[in-house]
Amino acid sequence: MILSREWLNDYTQITVSDKEYAERMTMSGSKVEGIEVTGSEISGVVAGRVTSIDKHANSDHLWICKVDVGQKEELTVVTGAQYVKAGDMVPVALDGATLPGDVTINTGELRGVVSQGMLCSLKELGLDTHDYPYAIEDGIFIMQEPCKPGDDIISVLGLGDSVVDFEITNNRPDCFSIIGLARESAATFGTELNIPTPAESGSGDKIKDYLKIEIKDPALCPRYTARMVKNIRIQPSPAWMRRRLRACGVRPINNIVDITNYVMLEYGQPMHAFDYSCVSGGKIVVRRAEEGETVETLDGKLRKLTPEMLVIADESRPVGIAGVMGGLNSEVTEKTTAIVFESATFNGTSIRKTSIALGMRTDASGLFEKGLDPNNTVPAVQRACELVELLGAGEVMEGIIDVVAVESKSVRLPLEPDKINSLLGTDISRDFMAEVLTKLGFEMDGNMIIVPSWRSDIEHYADIAEEIARFYGYDVIEPTMFRGVTAQGGYSDKQNAERQLGQLCRGMGFYEIMTYSFGSANDWDKIRLPKDSPLRKAFVIQNPLGEDTSVMRTASLPSMLNVLAVNINKRNKDVRLYEMATIYLPEEGNPLANEKTILTLGAYGKGADFFGIKGCVEAILKSMRITDVSFTAVRENFAYHPGRCAEIRSGYEVLGCMGQIHPLVCEEFEINREVCAVELDVEKMLACREPEPTYVPLPRFPAVTRDIAIVCDTEIPVADLRACIMMAGGEYLESCDLFDVYSGANIPEGKKSVAFALTMRAEDQTLTDEHAEETVNAIIKALNKEYGAVIR
Amino acid sequence: MKELLQELRKSALEAMAGADSLEALESLRVKYLGKKGELTAILKQMGRLPADERPVIGQLANEIREQLDEAFESRCKSISQMLLEKRLKAETLDVTIPGTYVPIGKKHPLTTVLDEAIEIFVGMGFCIAEGPEVEFSDYNFTKLNTPEGHPARDRQDTFYFTDDGSVCLRTQTSPVQVRVMETSPPPIRIISPGRVYRKDEVDATHSPMFHQIEGLVVDKGITMGDLKGTLDTLVQRLYGEGTRTRFRPHHFPFTEPSCEVDVQCFECGGAGCRVCKGEGWIELLGAGMVHPKVLEGCGIDSTVYSGFAFGIGLERMAMRRFNIRDMRLLFENDVRFLSQF
Repeated sequence: MILSREWLNDYTQITVSDKEYAERMTMSGSKVEGIEVTGSEISGVVAGRVTSIDKHANSDHLWICKVDVGQKEELTVVTGAQYVKAGDMVPVALDGATLPGDVTINTGELRGVVSQGMLCSLKELGLDTHDYPYAIEDGIFIMQEPCKPGDDIISVLGLGDSVVDFEITNNRPDCFSIIGLARESAATFGTELNIPTPAESGSGDKIKDYLKIEIKDPALCPRYTARMVKNIRIQPSPAWMRRRLRACGVRPINNIVDITNYVMLEYGQPMHAFDYSCVSGGKIVVRRAEEGETVETLDGKLRKLTPEMLVIADESRPVGIAGVMGGLNSEVTEKTTAIVFESATFNGTSIRKTSIALGMRTDASGLFEKGLDPNNTVPAVQRACELVELLGAGEVMEGIIDVVAVESKSVRLPLEPDKINSLLGTDISRDFMAEVLTKLGFEMDGNMIIVPSWRSDIEHYADIAEEIARFYGYDVIEPTMFRGVTAQGGYSDKQNAERQLGQLCRGMGFYEIMTYSFGSANDWDKIRLPKDSPLRKAFVIQNPLGEDTSVMRTASLPSMLNVLAVNINKRNKDVRLYEMATIYLPEEGNPLANEKTILTLGAYGKGADFFGIKGCVEAILKSMRITDVSFTAVRENFAYHPGRCAEIRSGYEVLGCMGQIHPLVCEEFEINREVCAVELDVEKMLACREPEPTYVPLPRFPAVTRDIAIVCDTEIPVADLRACIMMAGGEYLESCDLFDVYSGANIPEGKKSVAFALTMRAEDQTLTDEHAEETVNAIIKALNKEYGAVIR
Repeated sequence: MKELLQELRKSALEAMAGADSLEALESLRVKYLGKKGELTAILKQMGRLPADERPVIGQLANEIREQLDEAFESRCKSISQMLLEKRLKAETLDVTIPGTYVPIGKKHPLTTVLDEAIEIFVGMGFCIAEGPEVEFSDYNFTKLNTPEGHPARDRQDTFYFTDDGSVCLRTQTSPVQVRVMETSPPPIRIISPGRVYRKDEVDATHSPMFHQIEGLVVDKGITMGDLKGTLDTLVQRLYGEGTRTRFRPHHFPFTEPSCEVDVQCFECGGAGCRVCKGEGWIELLGAGMVHPKVLEGCGIDSTVYSGFAFGIGLERMAMRRFNIRDMRLLFENDVRFLSQF
């Protein structure tokens, strides 16, 4: 909402500086976003009378003017304007003057003649013909305003008004008006509020002889008020009105349109004026549109209507869409002789839905959708009629038609100072409370508060508490620390575990990333998810921003691959990333999603090959006390290289998978190098953790170590060999670590050599060589039996 | 014989002084002092000496042995010393060569800011509550005093999964508060951090997905003064002692009275600059006393209990904290960006 302080002063005189005004209004609840002074970009421009004009000797299009600017000497100004005459009053930018758009005017020479300034056009002053309809669009502004040479143009044109931009919250539609803000201002500054009752004299003829109004849908139109004006004379409105409209960001059009806009700004009540001659049958019907009905609105567009929309109609057809925009068929034109002023209230939600459905948001619909005060229709229409007479725009007919389809009830609440004080933590007197409320237009009836009709937001003592608090001063309320039972704050087990996982990842060089939870069906194709995969069932957003953000992701891999691609594209070397990514899985019988956290790793570059990343996974699992971990080759996860992908398990529980991304998937994501990724289900990981460890005594006897190297078929997985060794090793075998896998020279085709370091130890004695020998022999025997492996 | 011994002492001492390796020294020791060494060889001839000379010569021989032993030890030490120095010199490194690369990652700046805030609240006795992001509109709106038909529920502002609008992406983390109030009796002291969604196109200051951290306290006798005290503490901890705050009236459907909290502009200290758009203050968070209707809707007796709630946008906090001007950087995840924090 934009407020002109000059206009505000019609209702309450406030003289403080703009800065103070902004600060205090903000602190009482009407937040000021900014203040601008009209014409502040203009300086050094004065009114000047052209005393003579002669052709420039060295130019066929320039003229030399002598201009009286109220100084001793007349100025010489060179101009290109063709039609300026001696005697014209024009704006003159003097030497050093500034104009809108950071323009500075200096004395200069134009083809040998010194020009001591510049004659200005409307455009150069930041104005146009809407502000001064008598002027020429792009010629020198020949002024008809009363003034004398030397007068500052700021005051001649009535500029210098402070225009305040307020952020008004949705609960305060009453503050979308000069009067509403005047009320807040008066309460804030303790000034007198003076809202005169509009009065007009009338001029014979009675409205009831011309117009009937029927409301067919009271729920959508609780009140409809109308007055009529005949013998309309369409002309520009006076300068003061145009100036105020302009200050508030509204473009002046003509007297009738300007009056409706002026009243809308002043009262917060949208008004519509339409041509009476277009209302066939002299009857206005407020009804829902019929299926298939259309209307051409003032912007020249044909609108298809539906029965959810409310229209203003005559006997046969719609003449406007209620609260949104009038119809072209009833537009006020040069030929109009009589008009109807409509001042009504409509159901806010209905107006909002209509304006969304039609894709047209107007100033009026913006106001109506907030829910307006039904008691404001009459004062507003009266004010419009008063202005018609003031401007001589027509003759106001006697009488008013005011159809009240739904009576509004006033809200009454008890004033409960104790309750309010205990909510605020204050000790405010009842008298102060009553005073604040009275200033805001509430009435006190004994202990009862009567809420004014424009404050539909007040329905509870908490609402009253806010009114009191904002004028008592939020800043005056003493900060305290709440008491009560001392609570033990902290993280849940899951939160702690997630934090630990993050730490581990960062310790191994992974940077944390954050990506959107949205994805698209296309992502599934890109990671080669089978057509029948359950992960293709997802939460689909009905009204997405775009295709690529239209479903809730069911896999975290696409986001990771996108980010890897971004980093490759930026030529970042050796990148390691992790994300605690949420995925959203539909579940049978649950209207909401199963939201799972997937620890997702992605990496490329140094140390980021399969085994480098596998080492990271192993370290993570070990640190999380997850034991019995196994990695099994999987060929059926099509996002990954079929020969370089493993399922990660703890016992029988599948925790996730890892591997090198499939070249075809890389291609889809425009990744031109090998990248590895890991997906781990955090919840499952947490469930597989071993309990907190307890101390186990350290071994008292030394260990014996033996290295063995065997030759076996290439296909046999090392994990199987190791399992066989552990099984055969019996009570003395403590551990078995792989230290070499080799194939090539000296090893037959199709075979490989695998070497293990065995550690053996007895609990109760120093292990003898015989015992160690026995154990190793048993292992070699088992390997030979199970896998045909022979000692190398 | 005496002369022989003197001669031996002289030549042995000279030889040891000239030895420049432990090996050479050792062979000198064997040569002079070993079992088959020269000293022993001389002493073997003692028997031929007259009896009265023997003790004299014996004493001299012992003196010489001791002297040579000592000389040997000392020469041994100094050679070791010399060798060590030589080795250390040879092993000298250029310590300006970079260390072996150990990769280390960092938290996302949003996590950094979130963790800081969480630490502060945990210290004040708050627990962390979590809830679903795909949420019932009932929890996201209706129970938060935002009835059907309210503009905030429009399809142009909120993402929906169903035609009837019953399931949406939460637009705030406040539904978590409702869930907590419905299931646990007061006293309640929680914060609920998480992702929230609004239908905004991506630009430098908007994102359809962003993060909030909301707090809720419900107990007997909770006042607006308590709200101010708590948030003051938060701001002082986040931005340093003495940071000035400003509480100004605002409107939220689920709190009444409501306020927005501004902090004094860091850039200009309140004088007004481009960062604060000339106001001298920067908006930090929204807050208020929980609307009695909301309490009642969650089965909490509003005549007995009162509470306050607040919500902070994490992106804005992080952007301010790290002077990040474009929100898109937060979700692009360029390592050159991530490694700065």
